[in-house]
Amino acid sequence: MGTIIKDYSYTPAKIKRGYSGKSLYINLSDLRIEQKEITEFMKEKFTGGKGFDLWYLWHAVTPETRWDSPENEIVMSVGPLGGITQYAGTGKTLLCSISPLTDIPIDSNVGGYFGPLLKFSGWDAFELQGKSEKEILIFIDGNNGRIQIEEAEEYPEDTHLLAEELTKKYAENEDDMVNVSVVCSGSGAKHSYLGMLNFSFYDPRRKVCRFKQAARGGLGTILHDKKVKALVVKYRGVKPNLNDAADISTINKVGVKYHKEVHDLDHKQNKMRQIGTANTVMIMSQYDLLPTRNFQTGGDPEAVKISPEVFINEWLTQGLHDGCWYGCTMSCAKCADHFLITTGPYAGQRVTVDGPEYECAAGLGANLGVFDPQAILEENFYCDTYGIDLISFATCTAFIMECYQRGQITREQMGGLDLRFGNSQAVLELMHQISRGEGFGRIAGLGIRKLKKIFVEEFGADPKLLQDIGMEVKGLEYSEYAHKESLAQQGGFAMATKGPQHDEAWLIFMDMVNKQIPTFEDKANALYYFPMFRTWFGLVGLCKLPWNDLVPADNYKTDSPAKVPEHVQNYVDLFNAVTGKHIDNEELILQSERVYQFQRVFSVRMGKGERKDDYPPYRSLGPVSREEYLSRQELYDKQLRELQKLDPETMDLDEKIAATRRYREDQYEQLMDAVYRRRGWTENGIPTPERLKAIGMDLPELLEVIEPKL
Amino acid sequence: MKVLTHKQELCTGCLDCELACSRAYFKTDDPNYSAIRIVENNRTYRARKCTQCGECINMCTANAIYRDRNGVVRIDKKKCVGCLGCVGFCTELVMFYADDLEVPFKCIACDICSKACPEGALEILVSRVKEN
Ligand code: SF4
Ligand code: SF4
Ligand code: SF4
Repeated sequence: MGTIIKDYSYTPAKIKRGYSGKSLYINLSDLRIEQKEITEFMKEKFTGGKGFDLWYLWHAVTPETRWDSPENEIVMSVGPLGGITQYAGTGKTLLCSISPLTDIPIDSNVGGYFGPLLKFSGWDAFELQGKSEKEILIFIDGNNGRIQIEEAEEYPEDTHLLAEELTKKYAENEDDMVNVSVVCSGSGAKHSYLGMLNFSFYDPRRKVCRFKQAARGGLGTILHDKKVKALVVKYRGVKPNLNDAADISTINKVGVKYHKEVHDLDHKQNKMRQIGTANTVMIMSQYDLLPTRNFQTGGDPEAVKISPEVFINEWLTQGLHDGCWYGCTMSCAKCADHFLITTGPYAGQRVTVDGPEYECAAGLGANLGVFDPQAILEENFYCDTYGIDLISFATCTAFIMECYQRGQITREQMGGLDLRFGNSQAVLELMHQISRGEGFGRIAGLGIRKLKKIFVEEFGADPKLLQDIGMEVKGLEYSEYAHKESLAQQGGFAMATKGPQHDEAWLIFMDMVNKQIPTFEDKANALYYFPMFRTWFGLVGLCKLPWNDLVPADNYKTDSPAKVPEHVQNYVDLFNAVTGKHIDNEELILQSERVYQFQRVFSVRMGKGERKDDYPPYRSLGPVSREEYLSRQELYDKQLRELQKLDPETMDLDEKIAATRRYREDQYEQLMDAVYRRRGWTENGIPTPERLKAIGMDLPELLEVIEPKL
Repeated sequence: MKVLTHKQELCTGCLDCELACSRAYFKTDDPNYSAIRIVENNRTYRARKCTQCGECINMCTANAIYRDRNGVVRIDKKKCVGCLGCVGFCTELVMFYADDLEVPFKCIACDICSKACPEGALEILVSRVKEN
């Protein structure tokens, strides 16, 4: 179709022990294509995946770089275990870039076939720098060692159309479609900072392209700004040992053991194979964790309307394999087939909707006051095809809705949109406006931090209230868990390096329900171990869900059930079996900590990695409004009596709210102190030179950043 | 549908069937390469082999398993990526693998073992019932 403007040949590197040893660099400004060596230093200090991404990104940018500076890069890497087929969840790609929402490095992980096929095409990592003049697409042919850059103006914009067209274009026949994977965004990425990237995989049973999302932090917005419409990779010939593992026998053994566990236990545990991550909606609502109407409450009697049973019985196709990479028997990537769209440009068409995942049901459902599965699925479809991060969109729209509910903004200021809680039609119309770049859609997708400024400066809203109810930290919107009663999770969100996403730590049950981490030190230990452990998945190319969304039958008998020790051992065994190294549990954490501390210093370098940046909005910690206090009055009154020795009978409502707030804010400060100490940071949140030295990361470029801050 | 059946009362546990199978498909006497496995329990012998139930068809992570025209469940070697999901998911534990193979293997009701059985304990049953 489009004219080919660059044609480049290369000899695909052979993978040895999990690494191809090469990374691909493309500069879009001058169409330069280069190969770089993955050095032993990089493997040693950064392991792979997010580690490689951050290392390349560090060298590409300066403290002045912003998301739309030409030198900003999108970097992706799949990690040394990425692409093995024998274990569940082994196809995750990690991406990093400087985010339009936060101005610091964002990282996002994603399934789909692109990352593994890219590695089998010879590339451990891929840097995309510069800006193209014309809209282009990049095609990587891993079998023939060819990279083509092609003009791409005339291709459709929205993901479900674009990916299908490109998959057909590059596949030779139906059987070849599984060998093509597309990365693209959609029309929504053009007019918002919430643009995300869809990673495709072809579903040979349904005969459609399916998608997983690198959702957080505006990666789609950046790709669009670089004028890249799509990245396409093609590699035919996936086989079990393309990674050249040192010990295939262990990989097979550990893999079969895990598959059998899924077969025997999943239907008794989380039902990931039936409903995926949305299995938890009702549990969340029961425990007051389902964010409802902008996190005002943690559940709603209406939540039964969006319960797992409703989706299983009425919407989601059952019994087919739904994994986002080969070998994923956890198979959580559910979808609704033949779903009839009722609004927007695709009204009247039947489509396959990937999802809903938990974040979708909670965010686009409960958090917007929408308890209608059909509306949730349509919102899900449009977020995906428009390339909009549904988590940020949901949290941002929930904020807008509460501002409207509380009279901070008017319907006229929203261009006539009646964004009341529960009005799914208005939510959908807002998405269409973002896609078209019209009306209120032109500002609604800028993210909460920028909206707060606009609402205060232009609409006269109350800055203090907006600060309390705008659910963002560092500029990134919260993911969808209410957590007012879990101090550890408050820290898990607000002290997360990139912003409040639960992938660093999900401690709510441990903390609030099972009460396993009562003291500040316990919580700090958990906020050390889990963020480190979870970082590791993104270094090696793995999905976290198979770690603890299924546990061995006797897991509860172990010393630390929350860590799922047997599965951690699986990971250690898999790493050693692929790479031929000899790590143990402790070395695993050390591998993670190197990258974790590096990312923190990187944020400091970009101007946002200090104590002041780790404070949550008060809505995260406790009840902002009278209604919120009253909704759990009994609990809050009890806490005043027991924790503060106050007598609620003698206090009026506003006094009780204020006393609760003072106490909870103080608890949070104490938690910060404990966590910073445990992580080896100064009181101001800066990693100390001693800590960096202890983990072998006292690199001159890092010391140079932290020294003025000590 | 074709399926291999085994008459316990006739089986003496000589293992000629295992040998015939591993020799025919993998040119080895190693019983770990046989798609039929005879297990002894108190001098009676039970055969573990595929029932052609078809449970593995929809779970295959590469859409590589299908039922052929004779109703036999088979793996398309070109599509299989060796994930071993089917090995963990077969309730009968009769999808087998070996570390030097890229694709698992199973009984395809070919009749080689039944011909080799000196006691006539194995037989291929052909029924008209179509499954899946
Ligand atoms: S558990 Fe789900 S998200 Fe993770 S790899 Fe498997 S299908 Fe993909
Ligand atoms: S291999 Fe197992 S699951 Fe597959 S058809 Fe045979 S008995 Fe059934
Ligand atoms: S090993 Fe092959 S046949 Fe079995 S589930 Fe995996 S891809 Fe399918």
